[in-house]
Order: sequence, then C-alpha cells, then structure tokens
Amino acid sequence: MTALVIAEHDNAAVKGATLNTVTAAAACGGDVHVLVAGHNAGEAAKAASQIAGVSKVIHADSEAFAHGLAENMAAQVLALAGSYSHILFPATASGKNIAPRVAAKLDVAQISDITKVDSTDTFERPIYAGNAIAIVQSADEKKVITVRTTGFDPAAATGGSAAVETAAATADSGKSSFVGQEIAKNDRPDLTAAKIVVSGGRALGSAEKFNEVMTPLADKLGAAIGASRAAVDAGYAPNDLQVGQTGKIVAPQLYIAAGISGAIQHLAGMKDSKVIVAINKDEEAPIFSVADYGLVADLFTAVPELTQAL
Amino acid sequence: MKALVAVKRVVDYNVKVRVKSDQTGVDIANVKMSMNPFDEIAVEEAVRLKEKGVVTEIVAISCGDAKCQETLRTAMAIGADRGILVETTEELQPLAVAKLLKALVDKEQPQLIILGKQAIDDDANQTGQMLAALADLPQATFASKVEIEGGKAKVTREVDGGLETLAVSLPAVVTTDLRLNEPRYVTLPNIMKAKKKQLEVVKPEDLGVDVKPRLKTLKVMEPPKRGAGIKVPDVATLVDKLKNEAKVI
Repeated sequence: MTALVIAEHDNAAVKGATLNTVTAAAACGGDVHVLVAGHNAGEAAKAASQIAGVSKVIHADSEAFAHGLAENMAAQVLALAGSYSHILFPATASGKNIAPRVAAKLDVAQISDITKVDSTDTFERPIYAGNAIAIVQSADEKKVITVRTTGFDPAAATGGSAAVETAAATADSGKSSFVGQEIAKNDRPDLTAAKIVVSGGRALGSAEKFNEVMTPLADKLGAAIGASRAAVDAGYAPNDLQVGQTGKIVAPQLYIAAGISGAIQHLAGMKDSKVIVAINKDEEAPIFSVADYGLVADLFTAVPELTQAL
Repeated sequence: MKALVAVKRVVDYNVKVRVKSDQTGVDIANVKMSMNPFDEIAVEEAVRLKEKGVVTEIVAISCGDAKCQETLRTAMAIGADRGILVETTEELQPLAVAKLLKALVDKEQPQLIILGKQAIDDDANQTGQMLAALADLPQATFASKVEIEGGKAKVTREVDGGLETLAVSLPAVVTTDLRLNEPRYVTLPNIMKAKKKQLEVVKPEDLGVDVKPRLKTLKVMEPPKRGAGIKVPDVATLVDKLKNEAKVI
C-alpha cells in the first residue's frame, strides 16, 4: 500500500497545502510518494524530497505542466496511478480541478475535502456547509482524495531525504491552453495558512473604508485579511479573500470578524478557528453564537481602538 | 450551438439542516428545496449566451426523483428550451451523475455543457470535472467569465490568489463560480410558459448506466459544538482576554 501526493508548487518551492496533504497520506498507512509535475520544477522536487515522511519524489518535467492544466496534469497522474492505493491532492483550486478528472478515468468515486482518516478506506468529510460530518467508506480499489488542509497538521518541510526519480512526461492534450493570469499582489501571510485572520464584512461600506479600517489591524497583528461574500460581491475586497463554503476554508489561532453577520455559508469557512472574536453592532447577529469573545460595538470606532490597544 | 445545463434539486441554501438522531443522514423531510445556487448561475449563463446569439438551444437536465421536475421547470422559466429528467430513487453520487450526463452528451451532441462548480448539499465539486474526463472533453472550472469565439471558449477562472484565463476547444465543460453572473428572477408569465415546454423522462437503465453508489455513508454526525462564548464590554477587556486568557496575541 503506497500513497501518492500530488504536490502543489510554483516550480521553485512546494506550497504549504502539500505539507498537510502529506500528513493525511501518512495516516492512510504505507509509504508516501510525492509527484512534482511542472516546468523547470527541479527546485520544487528538491524541496519535496526534504519533507519529513516522504520516501520518494517523482519529478515529471514538461512545458505542458507549466500552468497546471487539468487535462495534462490528470494524464500524468494516471500514467503513474497503477502502483498506488491512495492518490491525494490538497483541496485547493488546483487539486479540486484535477482530482475528479483522475477519479473518473479510473472509474472510482472521489472523496472530497476529507478532514480525518479513520482507516485506509474510511474518511470523514463535512457536508451541508459544514453543518454535518459524514463518515464515508470507499469500496473502490483506489482512493482518490482531496484533503482539507485545515484538518491536518503540516508535515515538517525539512528532515526528510527522499530520492528524486524522474518520470517520463505525458504529452500535451492540445485541448486547452493558458492565456494569462492576474494574481493579486500580497505581502501578507497566505490566508489559508495564517495564524491570525482579520475579516471584514458588508458593514465596512466601501473598499476605501475596508482598507482604512482592516489593514492597520492586520499589519499590527501580522495577520492575513479575509472577507465575507457580501464584502466581496460589493467590491470592497478581491474575491480571493472570501472566506466561506465557496471561498477559502481557514482555521487560524485567532479569527476576528468585523461587521460580519455570520451567515451559514461564512461560518462554514471559519468555525474551526481556535478563538473567534466578533465585533458587530447588532447583538442579535448569528456570528455571536460561535464567537468566543463578542463585542457589541460600531466597528468604525472599535477596530481602530483595538489597533491602538495592541 | 446547443448548450446543455445540469441542475440539481437541493435543500434551500437558507435552511440550517439538522442531523437525524439515528445518525443516518440529515433530516430533509419537510424542508424547503430549491435549485442549487451555482446551477441557477449556469442556466443564466446559457440564457445570456442564447440572447447574444451564440447558443441556439438550451437543454436542462436533472437527475433524481420525480420532484426534480420542479427544478427543471424553474430552469425552463429562466429560459431553457426543454428539459430531460433522469428519474431514479437511488442515491446518486457525482460519478453516477457524470456517467448519466455523459450518455446524454453522446445523444444530444452539445457544444457547451455548463454545470455549477459544486452542489451545496454534498459539497463535492466533482461532477463537471468527471463528465469532462468521461467524455474526453476539456474543462474550465470555477468560471467567472465566459467568451465564445472561433470554436473556442475563453474562460476566466477563479483560482487561489486571483484569476486565470484559459482557452478551451469546443465542445467543452464549464463549471460556474458565484461571480459569473447574477441570475434573473423568474416572472409569472415565464413560469406559465415553462409549463408548456417539453420535459422528457428517462431512466438510468435506458441510458445503460449503473448508478450504484460507490461510497457508503456509515454515519452522519453533528459537527463538534463550540463552547459558549462571552460578550465583553469594551476593547480594553477584549485585548486583556486575548492576551491573558486565550493567549493568542
């Protein structure tokens, strides 16, 4: 029994979500191998070989993998799939894009967003926006899984010494091509990996106010900034900051929700945070039902005051 | 070109579901059901493409029990031309739905297949990708913008960290993200008109698809409850609690 983890990387380094996925893979039992498929991704493969608990790194290099197109990535995974009992992806935009494609080609069910490994074939996963946890058992010979990174501790990024093997790259499918990207520039910690997250909602009122009020607090705490769907839809914050069922799932040490009412869909993305602080004018807001510390106050005075007091 | 849209009947997104006391599932008897929000966006996008003259016919498909007819009628009220219900009382998992859709894609030969990125009940986010794999078509998931030009779809996708644009050759599978569009409200005259549109009912056996579930749900549990929190009177107390009680800053 061996598990294959599909690494998420930027060709130079392995992204954090891969480390949590390695932990989940180890919990499935057996050896853990990591696939680094990319373009000039030698550095990323080297980094993957140092992850504690990884026994082999498979490096496939081709221009076809430069942008992680699902068609090409899935073909590469399928070429290697034969020798693995478990194939795991981080439940990121990239992992969610590729994993079901691999599963369907193998004619197996895919198990999404697992938060716990109960045994080699039994897993826990949240359903209904996290309002229920399902324990599911797979009857398939191969398990294709995406891993909710907040459900597993990250494996140590150093201390391992896996051999790096080169695999032949599969051909470009020719069915899709990369046109361009707009990646938001961000000096802050990554939202999904941050220890502290400060999130703003619709009550901020405008993009200017959002930046004016939330940024100093985030700077003071070294926190990542998040937002509710209402704030994103209103254009106060870019959509990759959205926390919730359809956005990012976070579980930081401290989550500060300012001007967020706490709809089911938002709670789905943050209720596993260790400590939740809610600042809201409306003392009836549902967010207070999950907050460890609630402050009923106008955020435009309370948040700057909090920034000052830190 | 013909567009095919898949819609799912799910518990309304405003309903807070409860886990059954025997832990066999969530209690969905007598709760409000609606079209999955992402699927509304998918139907709306198909209708907009039709209004632009890109799409000529929209076929809405739903898989499930007889009540899914309501969901198809809603899709037709938004603007779908006809509906197909794959009727079964069996629990349908994404792989089974993808196979049913694949069979209908083979039959209908659409140029564009639009699905929601995920259903808000099972939160799987798989069906579109699985359909693309089975039909050997390119996929453009989590779309926030779709442009059809010269036999290709140029799709902007929401990815971690920002946006990415892909060009996929048609036919292709596109799954919708929240910001693709804002679905229109259905009007009463359109609801009346939708009742006259054609709705075909087929069975999984007619399509030669085995829909047996592959994943067995052993148990459904309540998520762990959070301990009751406290309200603090002012910012100073909050800072003190965070520093000395919770020790998180």
